[in-house]
Amino acid sequence: MSKSPTQTIMRSGLSRARGLGSAQTGATHWFAERVTGMALVPLTLWFIYSIFSLLGAPRAAVAAWAGHTVNATLLLALVLIMFKHMAMGLQVVMEDYIHSEKLRLVSVLAMKAVVGLFGIAAILAIIKLALAA
Amino acid sequence: MTDVREALFIARTTDGRTVRRPLSPHLQVYKPQMTMALSIMHRITGVALAVGALILVSWLVAAASSDRAFDTVSMLLHTWIGKLALLGWTASLWFHFSTGIRHLFWDVGHGFEMPQVHASARFVLVATAVLTLATWFVGLMAL
Repeated sequence: MSKSPTQTIMRSGLSRARGLGSAQTGATHWFAERVTGMALVPLTLWFIYSIFSLLGAPRAAVAAWAGHTVNATLLLALVLIMFKHMAMGLQVVMEDYIHSEKLRLVSVLAMKAVVGLFGIAAILAIIKLALAA
Repeated sequence: MTDVREALFIARTTDGRTVRRPLSPHLQVYKPQMTMALSIMHRITGVALAVGALILVSWLVAAASSDRAFDTVSMLLHTWIGKLALLGWTASLWFHFSTGIRHLFWDVGHGFEMPQVHASARFVLVATAVLTLATWFVGLMAL
């Protein structure tokens, strides 16, 4: 059995309830998750379709493919939106399961740093391929 | 007291003792259902896809770097562990893709009746299997 909690706070019920109110940013996050998810539907189909012609191909063929402006544009869109969607999704998972406030804050910030750095690496690679062609 | 929320977790049992309320969704009293399995699998595949995105990043960075780097990544992806990772990645992708679209239908208010929920759950499982098999079939043909 969990130990009986004691209530030693001096604040009124109204004051406590106000402190628990919405942060006013949840709907934006929720909506952005859906919008990025919707954008990823056609981008994913395009990417999987493109990959078929690149299976087993040498680097030169991949570089030539990524060098096309249309491919580079869609590839950049895919990576940008995918990493945004990923960061938002992982943040929600962390916020749901990490109960310690300090650990939660540190985890979310660390995750965003890692996702951000990998995203930048991918974007840089696409730009290099696009400009090299 | 560490957090104001602690004050709202206080409840009384029928014999008057104060207890700390359990957190929902009270998984310990639920009968396992397909809907909850798909729900948690949507999360798990989402996290798996985030890890799998590292494959995409390394492939892009290698393609932009050198023939040697690209050949190394290709070689790693052709090992059986690499192929297994790619199989897991494609299955996770099509599952998350299908359940994601199911979520979008819910978001605009469609498919909430229980028979519809169960039908869409079965549809998601079939779609994942078909799309994964089709991806590998076409992929192996293209090789």
